[in-house]
Amino acid sequence: MKSLFESLIGWIDARFPLMQLWNDHLAKYYAPKNFNFWYFFGSLALLVLVIQIVTGIFLTMHYKPDAELAFASLEYIRRDVPLGWLIQYMHSTGASFFFIVVYLHMFRGIMYGSFKAPRELIWLLGMFLYMTLMAEAFMGYLLPWGNMSYWGAQVIVNLFSTIPWVGPDIAIWLRGDFAISDATLTRFFALHVSAIPLALLALVALHIMALHEVGSNNPDGIEIKEHKDADGKPLDGVPFHPYYTVKDIWGSVAFLFLFALVVFFAPEMGGYFLEPDNFTPANPLLTPEHIVPVWYFTPFYSVLRAIPDPQFGALAMLLSILVLFFLPWIDRNPVRSVRYRSLLYKINLGVFVVTFAALGYLGFNPPTPLYSELALRFSEWYFLFFIALWFFSRPRRNMERLLTLVVVLGLITLYDVVRMEPGQGMLVFLGWLMPAVFVAVMVFGSGIEKLGRDLPVPDRLTE
Amino acid sequence: MKRALFLSVLCLGSAGPAFAAVGAELPGYQVVIDLNNRASLQRGAKYFVNYCMGCHSLQYSRYSRVGEDLGLDMQMVADNLIFNGRRVSERMEISMSQDDAERWFGAKPPDLSMLARRKGATYIYQYLMTFYADEDRPWGVNNWRFPFTTMPHVLWREQGLQRAEWEEVDNGNGSKPVITGLTLETPGLKTPEEYEQLVVDLTSFLVYVSEPARLTRESVGTWVLLFLLVLGGFAYFLKREYWKDVH
Repeated sequence: MKSLFESLIGWIDARFPLMQLWNDHLAKYYAPKNFNFWYFFGSLALLVLVIQIVTGIFLTMHYKPDAELAFASLEYIRRDVPLGWLIQYMHSTGASFFFIVVYLHMFRGIMYGSFKAPRELIWLLGMFLYMTLMAEAFMGYLLPWGNMSYWGAQVIVNLFSTIPWVGPDIAIWLRGDFAISDATLTRFFALHVSAIPLALLALVALHIMALHEVGSNNPDGIEIKEHKDADGKPLDGVPFHPYYTVKDIWGSVAFLFLFALVVFFAPEMGGYFLEPDNFTPANPLLTPEHIVPVWYFTPFYSVLRAIPDPQFGALAMLLSILVLFFLPWIDRNPVRSVRYRSLLYKINLGVFVVTFAALGYLGFNPPTPLYSELALRFSEWYFLFFIALWFFSRPRRNMERLLTLVVVLGLITLYDVVRMEPGQGMLVFLGWLMPAVFVAVMVFGSGIEKLGRDLPVPDRLTE
Repeated sequence: MKRALFLSVLCLGSAGPAFAAVGAELPGYQVVIDLNNRASLQRGAKYFVNYCMGCHSLQYSRYSRVGEDLGLDMQMVADNLIFNGRRVSERMEISMSQDDAERWFGAKPPDLSMLARRKGATYIYQYLMTFYADEDRPWGVNNWRFPFTTMPHVLWREQGLQRAEWEEVDNGNGSKPVITGLTLETPGLKTPEEYEQLVVDLTSFLVYVSEPARLTRESVGTWVLLFLLVLGGFAYFLKREYWKDVH
C-alpha cells in the first residue's frame, strides 16, 4: 500500500519528470567531496539573486519611476513604508554583496582552472551572466535619481559615444534624449525590473544545466568521473543532496550574518555602498566634485582613465572585460588547479589579485599625476596576467622567450615614448619598471626549474 | 554588543574614500551624537521649528513621524511644533516662496531632511559653532567651516558674536591670512556651554531626521544577528552530522 505522498509523486511523475529532475540535479548529482570555502559562492550568488528579486518586487510596489517623483519615493520607502528601510537597504546592500560573491566565485574558477575543458561553456555562460549583472546594477543605480546616479549614468552612457561614427547616435538612442532625463529613467526602470532579470534567470538556468552536464571541478582540478565504483558512482564524489545542501545552508546562514551586519549597522558602508552625493536629488547643473562609479565598477573605471584618449581608454576598458571571455583559450595548460601549478603561476595569480584591488582603489580616487601613472601601470599588469597565462600554457623554447620579452616590452616602451611629456621622465621611468620587472621575472623565471615547472598531479583527490 | 558590532563594521569601511568637502577641516571642533538621548532630540526638534524652519523645510519628514519617534503625543506636536496651521500628518514644508527666497538670500535655502547623510554630523556641528563677525559680508557674519556662507547667523542672540583671530601663514607661494581660532566678543543669552548643547541638540535632531529608521534598525539588527547565530549553530551541527562519515 503506497502512502498518499508516494501516490502524489507517482501521479506527477507520470506527467512531468519531477523525480528525474530531483535526481539529476540534487539527489544523484555527484559532486567532489573536497569542496572548500571557495565553493560556497555559487550557491550564495543564487541566494543573493533571490534576495534581490524578492526585495525588488516589494520596492517596485512603492517606487515611482518618474524624474519628478523618484527621489522622494525612495525617501518615502525609507521613512513611511513599514519596514521599507529594511527592504531598501537589503536591496542596496544586496547589489554590492552580489558583486563580492560573484568576484570570489570567478576567482575560484580562475584559481582551480574550472574554465578549462570540458567546462568552457560554463565559463562563457558565467561571463554573460556577469555582464548582464553589470547592466542590471548600472541601470538599477540610476533609479534612486540621486545626483551621483545621474552623473554616473551620464559618464557611462557617454562611453558609448566614443564608438566611431555611430557612437553619438547610440548614446542618444540609449538615453532616449540628448541628456539623462525622465525618458532614460523610465526605460532603465523597465529594463531593470523585467528584461534583464529575465535574462539573468535564463542564464542562471543554462549555467547550472551546463555545470550538471559535465560535473563540478574541485580544488585539486582532477576529474572524479575517472574513478567509479561498480555502480558507476564516482569514488571521490558525494550526492549533492543531502551533503552539499546541508553544507550550503550552513554557508548561507554565515553569509546572512555578515549581510545583516551591513544592512542593520552600516548600510552606507562608509560611503562605498551608498554614496553621500546620492542623498541629493539629481541636478544637471550641479556636478559632484568627483564622479565615481560604485566600487564594483572602479577597477574597470581605472583602466578607462589610464589612457587619456577617450576612445582608446574606452577600448581598453572593453578589452579588460572581454579578455575574460577568452580565458579558456588563453590558458591552455593541462594542469587545472593552482595547487599543482608552478611557483611563477602562483606569483602571477597573486599579483593579479593585488592588481585588481589596486585598480579598484585608484578608480575611487581623483586622478593625480602619480595615481594616473599607477593606474596605467596596474592596467598593464592586468593585461600582462593574461599574457603570462598564455605564456605558461606549455614549456617554452628560448626563442619564444626572447620573442615574448621583446614584443611585450617593446610595445609598452613604445607607448611610453609616444605619450611622454617633458618633465615626466622620472615618473615614467620608475613606472616602466613595474611591467618590465614583471615580464622579466615571468620570462626568465620560466627557464628555472624551481620557478617554472608545474607539479605532478595526483590520480585521486588528496583529502 | 551593539556598539562593538557597529564599530567593527565602521572600521571595515573606514579606510574609506576621501569625500572632500569645501571649506576648512576643523579638528578642534568634534561632536559625539547620541540618538538614544530622547530629551536632546526633543529639544533639537523644538530649536529646529523655532529657529530654522522659517527658511529650511524637512520635506521628506512628517510631523506625526517625528512625534511618534520622539515620544510626543499628537496634541503636543500640533501645539508646539506646528506654527503654520498644517496637520500633523503633513510633511514639514515651509511657506517661503522661491521668488522671495532668491530675492532675500540669492538662492533658496536648501531642504535639510537629508543634510546629515550628505555632509555628516561633524559638518553641521562645526558650521553652527563657527560663525564670526565680518563687516564685509551682507549679514555681518562669515563662517569658518563654510567660508562666504549666504546664511545669516540665526542663533546670534543665543551665542553672541565671535571674533576671528588671524595669522599670516606662509604656504610656499607667499603668505596668506589664516584663521587660528575664534573668541567670544559679545556674549549671548546662553553661556558657551549652553550654546554648545543647543548645537549638539540641533545636530542630533538633523541626524535623526535624515534617517528615522536609525532609531530602531540597530536594535532590530541585534535580534536578527542573535537569531542567525542560533540558526547558524544548528546548521553547523547538522552539516557536521551528515559529513562525519565522508572521507
